[in-house]
Amino acid sequence: MEFAELLGHIRAALPGAVLEEHPEAFSPWILVARAQLPALALLLRDDPALDFAQLMCLSGTHLPASASESDRLASIFHLFSPRHRHKLGVKVVLDSADPACPSVAGVWPTADWHEREAYDLLGIVYEGHPDLRRILCPDDWEGHPLRKDYVTPATYNGMPLD
Amino acid sequence: MNLPIERHEGGNIILTSAEWLVNEAIARSLWPLTFGLACCAIEMMAAGAGRFDIARFGSEVFRPSPRQADCMIVAGTVTMKMASRVKLLYEQMPEPKFVISMGSCSNCGGPYWQHGYHVLKGVDRIIPVDVYIPGCPPRPEALLEGMELLRDIIRGKRPRPDAAARTA
Amino acid sequence: MDNHELFIQGSRVPDRGPDGDLMTLNMGPQHPSTHGVLRLELLTDGEEVASIRPHIGYLHRCFEKHCEKLTPPQIVPYTDRMDYLASMNNNLGFAVACERMLGLQVPEKVEYLRVVVAELNRIASHLVAIGTCGLDLGALTPYFFCFRDREMILDFFEEICGARLLYNYIWVGGLSHDFPEGMDDKILRFCDYFEARIDNELNPLLSFNKIFIGRNAGIGVVSAEQAWAFGLSGPSLRGSGVAFDLRRDDPYSIYDRFQWKVCVGEGLVGQLGDSWDRYWVKVLEMKESLSIIRQALAARPKDGDVREAVPGRVKLPVGELYCRTETPRGELGYYIVSGGGNLPERVKVRAPAFSNLCIIDEISRGALISDVVAILGSLDIVLGEIDR
Repeated sequence: MEFAELLGHIRAALPGAVLEEHPEAFSPWILVARAQLPALALLLRDDPALDFAQLMCLSGTHLPASASESDRLASIFHLFSPRHRHKLGVKVVLDSADPACPSVAGVWPTADWHEREAYDLLGIVYEGHPDLRRILCPDDWEGHPLRKDYVTPATYNGMPLD
Repeated sequence: MNLPIERHEGGNIILTSAEWLVNEAIARSLWPLTFGLACCAIEMMAAGAGRFDIARFGSEVFRPSPRQADCMIVAGTVTMKMASRVKLLYEQMPEPKFVISMGSCSNCGGPYWQHGYHVLKGVDRIIPVDVYIPGCPPRPEALLEGMELLRDIIRGKRPRPDAAARTA
Repeated sequence: MDNHELFIQGSRVPDRGPDGDLMTLNMGPQHPSTHGVLRLELLTDGEEVASIRPHIGYLHRCFEKHCEKLTPPQIVPYTDRMDYLASMNNNLGFAVACERMLGLQVPEKVEYLRVVVAELNRIASHLVAIGTCGLDLGALTPYFFCFRDREMILDFFEEICGARLLYNYIWVGGLSHDFPEGMDDKILRFCDYFEARIDNELNPLLSFNKIFIGRNAGIGVVSAEQAWAFGLSGPSLRGSGVAFDLRRDDPYSIYDRFQWKVCVGEGLVGQLGDSWDRYWVKVLEMKESLSIIRQALAARPKDGDVREAVPGRVKLPVGELYCRTETPRGELGYYIVSGGGNLPERVKVRAPAFSNLCIIDEISRGALISDVVAILGSLDIVLGEIDR
């Protein structure tokens, strides 16, 4: 399916879930409402016309503060359907003061580690994740290194970092 | 070769110092710890394979247990998460023990020097190092030469870097 | 009498821990069979594995942070160091992603040379995977043979770009060096030599070795549905019988011009999707790579400057892109967000080994501890790209 068709199908099945569409992007994506993400994920995977069986990539980003808005975090899900050969990017934007995002680890098991990574490096809290711990940094690491305002600590466990 | 060996009258007996004998034995059979960290470990494996054949120098016996090894080749980037384990492994090795720092990352942080928030900038910050091998990654020949330098240190031909001064 | 006392007395070795039914066994981060600094926390019931908790991050070198501080041409050497067994493929993935954003057309000659080095690197990487897979199971000789043949490929790379392992060869828009005089013939001679080695040496010695089959067949079985759900890719996905290869199914570069087939596991000696199938796919793929190399060398233009289209300054346009390519381990994806400045705002890497490893708990349950080593070997992980 083309992007416009996909969008129409999603809009018909889940009215109000899609907030923005970006067909002009290099990899077209949609912005969805946080509360609608669990229902949307199930629809994307289970609807035979959509059939997104593979979660290619799950990334988090930190969008720094601009003149009009404070800083935000985003979680992006890149999906692919092996049967229909179509792709879609799904994005959820979160306030950095309340970085809670519904987990999709129950829908696509591969999201488990990717969500832990986004939590570790950016501090996005995936609600409903079975085991949300740090994955790359040690458990007692402080801060989330990929945030734009991250300052590397001087030492870790007595070892100098610079 | 000018060896500190005397031939005793009557043959079949040689006289030498115990120190020389022990050092020579250690130098000719350095057993490295099987301890690959990153890219450099692949070159270390290549040094162990047929073409470079580290067995020619008596060091093909890579031991998985630190208790059976006397030479630690720190081959790769030491991260903060790994650093305490590296130190523990070093402490588990019996004396006499030697450390070769292989590659830029373990020498000084290498390419991760500036922005690597999770990278230890030089393994000599946690354990004393005898030989540094530069390169990213060093060629297997460079590793062989590094081990040759270590042998010189063991044989007393080169001074051993002062461990106390370096870890201070 | 508790287990501890029994153990002291030596009357029996405790196979169950003091605080429950199961015993915890730590494997790594310094372990010869974990292919680097991976740590597995095995929960075992006797010799049987009840579950595995993998711990990664011991080689976390902050790749994604570096990407936010460096320009794209400066990032290329860091991509080398992610999957250090297949640096060319990592370079290629990043170059393709940047070129798609820039809308840059690279010269024909560059495309062909890229395919040649990427496929050569695929063979070199598979040789390490196969050699260490055997090594972990106690077969020392195949490791020596594999490394011997791999050295020949590394010699080519050294002649082409000066480095043995980390090349920085494929740049955004071009290549760092042209092939030297006579390179094509050397590579073609290697193809003939190596093809015979697979049939006459590797297969009888390792692939169809009774012990090797005994250790690998029927172990760590992954079904096709599981493989998709856990995000498996590359030989680990194809080992489950799924004919999916990004070179054919999501084409990039000029892979659509070559004739070759996507190899899949067939359950030849055990069950479909077992460790042996994942291993066997790698062996078959090496042959297909040889075929692609031959076709590319025959068709490649001889003249032209490989740095012709290299931009003086790479400034990625505003936007975001997810671009994926097929490395020896599977789907390597780069998610690049650019704000139009000199530095990318965010680069996330979807490393194939990262997703391939996360299935280990699922497929190791009920297996023996020694099977875990075989499963790890067949999944072919590289910690450099898992931890980045």
